[in-house]
Amino acid sequence: MKKSILIACLLSVSLCLQAAIETYQFDSPEQEVRFRQLGYELRCPKCQNQAIGDSDAEISGDLRAEVYRMLKDGATDDEIKGFMVARYGRYVLYNPPLDKHTLILWFGPAVLLIFGGIFVGFRIRQSKKALEAGESQT
Amino acid sequence: MNRLMVWLPLCIFAILVGFFFKGLSLNPNEQPSALIGQPFPVFGLTDLMTGERLTREQLPRQPYLLNVWASWCITCQVEHPYLTQLSKQMPVVGLNYKDTETAAKNWLAKLGDPYALQIFDPTGRLGLDLGVAGAPETFLVDSKGVIHLRIQGEVNDRVYAKKIQPVLETIQ
Repeated sequence: MKKSILIACLLSVSLCLQAAIETYQFDSPEQEVRFRQLGYELRCPKCQNQAIGDSDAEISGDLRAEVYRMLKDGATDDEIKGFMVARYGRYVLYNPPLDKHTLILWFGPAVLLIFGGIFVGFRIRQSKKALEAGESQT
Repeated sequence: MNRLMVWLPLCIFAILVGFFFKGLSLNPNEQPSALIGQPFPVFGLTDLMTGERLTREQLPRQPYLLNVWASWCITCQVEHPYLTQLSKQMPVVGLNYKDTETAAKNWLAKLGDPYALQIFDPTGRLGLDLGVAGAPETFLVDSKGVIHLRIQGEVNDRVYAKKIQPVLETIQ
């Protein structure tokens, strides 16, 4: 008896949880994939380091609804991203496009790596030389 | 050459310290608005108080503040007395954001209504077009309807002196 009450309670909880998840109806599986992908690529403007796809913030829900509405209207991914950037700035893009503002972001690490490599190579050569010079002395 | 190699790491370290030091005083919640220098978005909504249709054309023809607020927003209540005071100097237009009519009207009846106009935006449609992330937010708009400034969070004496006034002086 106790067990069945417990199960009933647990079941009611799980139903509540399910109700909190939004349900969107898609025209095709491809459309759903695009929706999920955009949800991962667009950043929540309110909550720093979360995509709108996994954020519970009110604004993220609004933006998901807007993405859904635009997808249904036949907008392309670029149109949807452009719409968001026009309102929330480049900040909303988790996958920033390559342009003059993002050059340092894209190539900065590679440039640093090259400089680091040159530096290390230079030091190795120097210490080798020093070692050889030391050996020839003895 | 050797000398340079010795000082280079220190230089890089100093540059990094500079960046980190700057980062200490930056508020990561403050995002630059994409609408600076852009015209106020087109909209067709109603006035909360009169129920009449409101469009962009009815907005003030002089520099004004657009304050995004809601009855569920605590900080809005905090900044309300200051906005009431500011409304004596310049028009303050309200944008009631994602609220219900009754709750918003009760809020204004309780705390006073200093707003020149009250745009009622229950779905947050205009909020979305303005790039609003949450309430409160305040926009400074010039006489031609161009947005010059966005403030996220509370407007108070300090924010007015530091951010609003300098921009206001350039557009008046």
